[in-house]
Amino acid sequence: MNKIAARDMVVPNIHLLTVEAPDMPGKLRAGHFIMVKADEFGERIPLTVADWDEQSGTVTCALMQAGRSTRKLAEMNAGDCVSTFVGPLGKPLQIEKFGTVVCAGGCYGIGSIYPVARAMKAAGNRVITLIEARGRYLVYWEDKLRETSDVLMVSTSDGSTPFRGRNSDRLRVLIEDGEEIHRVIAMGCTFMMADISETTRPAEIPTRVSLNTVMVDGTGMCGACRVEVDGNTRFACVDGPDFDGHAVNWDLLRIRRRAYYHQETISEER
Amino acid sequence: MAKVSPKKTPMREQDPQVRIDNFEEVPFGYSEEEAMIEAARCLQCKKPLCMQGCPVEIDIPGFIMHIAEGRFQEAVVTLKKKNVLPAVCGRVCPQEEQCEKLCVLGKKFEPVAIGRLERFSADWEASRGEAPLPRKKKSTGKRVAVVGSGPAGITVAGDLIQRGHRVTMFEALHEAGGVLVYGIPEFRLPKKIVAREVNHVVRMGVKLVMDRVIGTIETVDELLEQYDAVFLGTGAGLPWFLNIPGENLNHIYSANEYLTRANLMKAYLFPEYDTPIFRGKRVATIGGGNVAMDSARTALRLGAAQSIIIYRRSRQEMPARLEEIHHAEQEGVDFRLLTNPVAFHGDETGFVKEVECLRMELGEPDASGRRRPVPVEGSNFRITVDSVVISIGNSPNPLIPNTTPGLETGKWGNIQIEETTGKTSKKGVFAGGDVATGAATVISAMGAGRRAARAMHEYLVTGRWEPQETS
Repeated sequence: MNKIAARDMVVPNIHLLTVEAPDMPGKLRAGHFIMVKADEFGERIPLTVADWDEQSGTVTCALMQAGRSTRKLAEMNAGDCVSTFVGPLGKPLQIEKFGTVVCAGGCYGIGSIYPVARAMKAAGNRVITLIEARGRYLVYWEDKLRETSDVLMVSTSDGSTPFRGRNSDRLRVLIEDGEEIHRVIAMGCTFMMADISETTRPAEIPTRVSLNTVMVDGTGMCGACRVEVDGNTRFACVDGPDFDGHAVNWDLLRIRRRAYYHQETISEER
Repeated sequence: MAKVSPKKTPMREQDPQVRIDNFEEVPFGYSEEEAMIEAARCLQCKKPLCMQGCPVEIDIPGFIMHIAEGRFQEAVVTLKKKNVLPAVCGRVCPQEEQCEKLCVLGKKFEPVAIGRLERFSADWEASRGEAPLPRKKKSTGKRVAVVGSGPAGITVAGDLIQRGHRVTMFEALHEAGGVLVYGIPEFRLPKKIVAREVNHVVRMGVKLVMDRVIGTIETVDELLEQYDAVFLGTGAGLPWFLNIPGENLNHIYSANEYLTRANLMKAYLFPEYDTPIFRGKRVATIGGGNVAMDSARTALRLGAAQSIIIYRRSRQEMPARLEEIHHAEQEGVDFRLLTNPVAFHGDETGFVKEVECLRMELGEPDASGRRRPVPVEGSNFRITVDSVVISIGNSPNPLIPNTTPGLETGKWGNIQIEETTGKTSKKGVFAGGDVATGAATVISAMGAGRRAARAMHEYLVTGRWEPQETS
């Protein structure tokens, strides 16, 4: 049982969930995830960490409300308890001085890219952060991200910000303009991460993605999170979730994310 | 002496046609009368061979004699001296390979139903409310961390708390019991029984900490700063796959995932519980062990019209307990023996629809002593399915070995231990159960826990790690 310190809908459909977990912040690194189970009946779902605070002993995750389990969490409030909040899980990202690092986030990934940008900046990199949303009204944490980035670029598909398009479009412009990029990290929806990986493939820029698969235990026990990387089966929970974006079989990932589509509909209709 | 009945006293059980529609336990257990009748079959051998077959050295004739005399409470006390989980072992031990295999009566007749009597005793005690707590030794002031709350961990925790040590048991999942809660289905081992056994060690004073993954939130080295000794009983939690084409199609599960969804997450009660599971109509389970039987029988209960076991050897080589195979057959599980999957084929949306198999024949015995299955060239054929459960074994979970410098592991990632003591290559750290041996049985994990607990006590009291020099 962990108490919720705060739960805010930061933009439509995206919630910031801050949970009391006193000894976790000291152990968290960018790229780690947590398994959360809302209540006795709940499903265990993975959430990538977006922030943490050692002083208050809290951990914050950004979550997009997309089904019954995320809705349950989205409907909880400060003072309520989640029945399970376990972590840190997964391998943390490799953080070192690479040179210029592009951090790309979208959706819940705008939150989870934040500790990556922060750590990359602290390691002495020039950090260019790209975030994308359908419209300006879906953009959050701009201030926080600006603080930890040398450059922050916001793209929206409805043109409500100066740059109209997606992170990948923005990245393409950067590459074409001759920006020397040593590493790209992408976190967010599968489409965006695949898109970014395709964008950096021709120039062979090392690209890391944080795969968001279906999981059950999150500790390597079940294999629900199987992904294919370089033709080999890997478990996102213990071998990742961070993988080489150029080696990931994206088609398979998309197929596997649809495994419970039908059941999700039943669950939502309850 | 009265004439001994040649057969075991039968245990009443749910009708196969009824039970395939529910998750309730299959056998009902003995009544007091039935137990006394069965117990009277025991010859009370002077040199009881059955005890040699028991990994935790239960005084078998002793507890059976108490039952025969109707002194059920004493039977329980005798059992619990050696076995902290009699209700579990009475249900899931492979008795036909252990105690009952050596029973003298078994030479001419059916052996004494030791397992059923063990189960009876434990259930009899449970029916009378909370079990009395054993006496604890005076506190030693020593602190022990037990990592993993499965059969090995529970045994170590139970043994060491009685010897006066302070014990904290860590569990990564949200329920205690390890494989007893995530793996073994409700119809074979009701979860309330596991909860009762876990609660028993908690009542004895073991501190249980859930939702804590040792290796990440805290390393073993960090535990050693706070505890005088550590026991690793983290199980065999990394499922093997076949590494054949199409294995990552949707609705292909590892047995661990399938059973964890069904048992731990209660997906059989979806949508009351949120975790989904695909209720296949034609389900193929690959493998021939107890876990495969559990999976195939779970599939029936989830509504499969056809539940198939695909196994590459013959019936003789199947590692599952006889009773499990028998129950699966009764329930209509369809065994396709000497059949080996070579590929999975899916539909255009990525869901499995066929298993391609080869027919096999038995050749010379292999390293395991079982006859090696040899493929019949060109015998490929396909079986139509809508879901598959792969149940071919597990290797130890790598989380702790990967984060513990100085902890030696073997070829399969199994933690290396000294068999008689559970000592690892790292001072103060012991291990046992599936994490050391690879997937085995509940009782062998308990046996390993018992041996480790003995050595841990010795270490805690003397502080001596190196084996004593013998001159």
